[in-house]
This record gives sequence, structure tokens and C-alpha cells, in this order.
Amino acid sequence: MTSVDAVTEDPLLVRGRIQPSAEFLTHRRLADRLARVLLAAAAAVSVLVTTGIVYVLISESAGFFAHVPLKEFLTDTEWTPVFENARYGMLPLLAGTVTIAGIALLIAVPAGLALAVYLSEYAHVTVRETIKPLLELIEGVPTVVYGYFALLFVTPLLQRIIPGLPGFNMLSPGVVMGIAILPYTASLSEDAMRAVPKALREGGYALGFSRFRVATRVVIPAALSGISAAFVLGMSRAVGETMVVAIAAGQNANFTFNPLEGAATITAYIVQISMGDLPYGSIAYQSVFAVGLVLFIMTFLFNVAGFYLRRRFREVY
Amino acid sequence: MKAVGEESASQELQRVVGAGRRADWVMASIGLAILIVAMGTLISVFADLIHSGWPRLTDPDFYTNFPSRRASDAGILSAWVGTSLVMLVTIVIVIPLGVAGGVYLEEYAPHNWISDFIEVNVSNLAGVPSIIYGLLALGLFVYTFGMGQTVLVAGLVLALLTLPVIIVATREAIRSIPQELREAAFALGADKWQTVRLYILPAARPGILTGAIVGLARAIGETAPVITIGALTFIAFLPPAPLQSDFPYLNFEWLNAPFTVMPIQMFNWVSRPQAEFQVNAAAAGVVLMIMTLAMNGLAIYVRFRLRGRVQ
Repeated sequence: MTSVDAVTEDPLLVRGRIQPSAEFLTHRRLADRLARVLLAAAAAVSVLVTTGIVYVLISESAGFFAHVPLKEFLTDTEWTPVFENARYGMLPLLAGTVTIAGIALLIAVPAGLALAVYLSEYAHVTVRETIKPLLELIEGVPTVVYGYFALLFVTPLLQRIIPGLPGFNMLSPGVVMGIAILPYTASLSEDAMRAVPKALREGGYALGFSRFRVATRVVIPAALSGISAAFVLGMSRAVGETMVVAIAAGQNANFTFNPLEGAATITAYIVQISMGDLPYGSIAYQSVFAVGLVLFIMTFLFNVAGFYLRRRFREVY
Repeated sequence: MKAVGEESASQELQRVVGAGRRADWVMASIGLAILIVAMGTLISVFADLIHSGWPRLTDPDFYTNFPSRRASDAGILSAWVGTSLVMLVTIVIVIPLGVAGGVYLEEYAPHNWISDFIEVNVSNLAGVPSIIYGLLALGLFVYTFGMGQTVLVAGLVLALLTLPVIIVATREAIRSIPQELREAAFALGADKWQTVRLYILPAARPGILTGAIVGLARAIGETAPVITIGALTFIAFLPPAPLQSDFPYLNFEWLNAPFTVMPIQMFNWVSRPQAEFQVNAAAAGVVLMIMTLAMNGLAIYVRFRLRGRVQ
């Protein structure tokens, strides 16, 4: 380690003496205290960010809720804030969000789990170590690129299979998003499975279990809280995903759960309004923060649940 | 059971083992099939972009032209300059902040409810959808602070977005450093800050670097938060250059300039109905993917090269 020299090279430290000078010690103490304060301040920034998010969402949507009753917001089935006769029921946006996220999870959860079983129980170490970075590449692709892919590659492909499928639909972005978050759910599940102690597996093998039986009867039950965390965090990510849906699912709020129709999601609506030129302070403008608040609450609940589920599997073993 | 009596024990065993083998084979094939589909998707995304965007990718004007109403004249000059400047701001803000926060949480933070709260908070921030960060920047920076839709605000919002990634990467890198290294430093008479500065940070550098590169690669491709703050899509000029020939040589005007970035430029072209613009979108997508893939590749290389230096 070359850095050992660095201590002795400090100009304040008198060379050749065991006892460092008093001046050096004072400086050192000051530096230590200053560092402690600055580092703590940096850690506190993350709390400031959360506070800022909550403050902005609540204060900006307060104006919206002063104008639109909460009951209408939560129960009306029309969302037309930019129309002459504006209606502010967010159910259509919620339906679009839930449908697309549902399709994505229908792909990402079972496939992620199977992939995780494969990687943690079957694949050779070298295979696993090669594959994991490659999977990270899938996650690293910008979502706007996935949006392009969904709209101009997957949708035309699906239109050949399903005649009459509109150009904007929820199926195509759902499928693409499912593949995009697959590495995420797979790596979370795999982490949970790898945390299961080897002794438990060996117990299974000693009873003559096949790998498959060990995976399904021993590893998965033992890693269940971590796997549920993967599910919950995948849900959080799917709900908040923006560009794929903004590009490929269309921008019309449409109260339907039919994946063959197009429908705007919460995130797509925010993008749509941001791209337009609505004046700051108008109701439609504030509606962006109101639906943003709903989105934040949803993902917050998923994230906190995911955090505690993950922490549980870490603590057990 | 009647069968047990009739069937010999070895036959029974063979049947069970055979069933187990088949299940294993099926499971492994499913895993491999999923892997192939996933990697196949990645490859077809890239291949489709290259195939569709080829005419523009091979046109040198594409890289040096501003956006234009005519698809064949439009280029990505303002977009890639914008992306570079925004990322510069992001890096300058997020690396020191994230590393410092991570060091505090891992090395200094006492085990109490405050640290616990910060930890849950960081974990939640990592999962907050990027578009919410956009709303934060819109409400706070753009309107409350009146900073406008500038390079600085975009860099700031991407920095906040990347912050949890850097914090988590720093913490994980520090956690993997053996306790003996700290003890050795203390035994030599180093105090806490010296230990952190001279031993912990150098040892954690590969891990931090890897995490930072991956986080920044994601920030390059982030579209939603930058759209939300109201970035323009049609920018036919460049921000003032950060370097100038006369004193004081550095120029910070560019921080307050309007801008566009690669993903927004691509989004703008995708959303147009004309097929010619979608060719541009594909070409921009290739450039964007090469940027992010190159950064991810670099991260893999750093991890591979530097792994095992400190054990």
C-alpha cells in the first residue's frame, strides 16, 4: 500500500519523532471534526430531497384540490382537464397505469423468478458471472429507446398476430417494459436466493432431492421475503416507468383495462402536459402535481414494503 | 401403498430420480430460454435501430447540424452538446455529495433511529420514479427559485436522481473492505478522518467508480425528468462555450442557457408521424445506446480489472 507513506509525508508531522507536533494534532482534530460535519451534511441532503418532493407535490396540488373535490378526483371516470368542459376523475389514468404495470409484471415476475432459480441453482459460477453484467446492459438501455422499440417494432409485430390492434395500445409497452425490468426482478430474487445458507440446500440434497426440488421446496420458501421484495420493487418501477408508455400507449385518458386499447398512464399524462404550453398556475397545470402525488404515494408504499422485506431476509441468516 | 410392494425398490428409486432429472432439465431449459429471449430483445433493439437509422448514421451532417423542420437536414449537434454539458454539471454535483453521504452512513453514522430513517429514506429515493424528480425540479427550481429551464437545473435534477445510486454504491464498496484495514490504520495512529481519506476511500475506489459510471449512464438516458422541467425540443443554437480565450478563461454563462439533450431529441422525433423523422429517431437512438453501452462496458471493465486488488 503506497498510502502508508502519506501519513509520514504530511508536512505538519515532524519527521523522525515519535511524538507528532501539537500544531499537527490541532490541525488534525479540526480536519476530523470538519469532515464529520460535512459528511453528515451530505447524508442529510437525501432527507432534504425527500422533504422537497413531498413539499412540492403537496403545495402545488393544494391549489388543484381547492378547485376539484377529492371525491370527484377519486371516483369520476372521465379525465379531461384540458377540455372546455373539464372533468377531473383520475380513474382512467390509474386504470392505464395498473393495466400496463400488470402486463409488465406478468412477464417480469415469473420469468425473473425462473431466471433467478437458473442463475442461483443451476448455472456454473463462470456462466453466472458472465451473464449478470450482460443482464445489467438490458436495464441500462434508455427507456426512450424502449419506447421507440415498442411503438415501431413490437406493435407492428403484434398487429400481424392480432388483426385490428390499434397503433397505440397497452399490450406492446407492457411487454417491452416487462422485458426491461426483468433483469431487476431477476437480480433481486437471485440475491435473496444466494443469501439462503448452503447448509439448507445440502440438507435437501442429503434427502435425495433433485435441484428442482431443492429450488422449489427449500430455496424459494426460505427466500420468500426477498422474492416478495423483488415483486414489490418491480411493481414500483413498472408504475413509475414513463417513456415507454408515453411513446407507445397513446395519450388519451381511457377508462379501460383492455390491453388491446390505448390509454394514457399517470406518467404519460405528466409528460403530455409538460410538452404543451399550459400557463403555470392553471388547474390543468396543477393537476400534474395532483396525479404526481398519487404516483409518489403508490411507489412510496411499494418501496418501503420492499425495503423491510429485503431487510428481513438479510437478518434471518 | 400397493405399488411399493410390487415394484422393486430400485425401480421406484429410478423412477423418482428420473422424474427429478427431467424436472431439472426442464427448469434449466426454461432459464436458458428466458435468458435467450432477454438477450435477443437487447440485440433486436440495437439491430432495429441501426437498420432503421443507417441512412442518417452514415451522414456526417447528422452530427454537426441543428434540428430542422426538414428531416434530412436535422441533426443532433445541440442535443449531444446539451447532454455533455448537463452531465458535466451532474458529475460535479453528485460525485462528491454521494460519496460523502455514503461514507457518513457507513463509517460515521451511529446506530440510532436517525440513521435508520436516513437509510429507509435513501432506499425509498432510489425507487422514486424519475418523473417525480422532474416535478420536484419544476415546482422548486424552475418556479419557486425562478431558475428557469436551464442546463444548471437539468444537471441538478439528474444529480439528485443519481444521488441514491452513488450513495448505495459507496456504501457497498466500503462494506466490502475488511475490518483489519481500519484496525491497521488506527494502530498506526491515524484518526478517523485520516483512515477514511487515506485507506478506506482508496480501497473503495473501484466499487465507487463502477457504481458511479452505471448511475451516470442511466442519467444520460433519462428523459422524463428533463421533459418535465420543460426542456425545449427545438434548439438551433449552442450554449456559450465554457472556455474562452480572455481572462478569466472560464465562462459560466452556459449554466443558464436553454438546452436540449439526446433522449429528448429522440423522443421529439419518435412522436412525429412522418417516417423520415423516425429515421432520425433511430439514428439518435443508436448514438444514445452507444453512449450508455460504452459507459456500462467501462463499468464492467473497471470492476473486472480492479476486483481482487484489495482483499
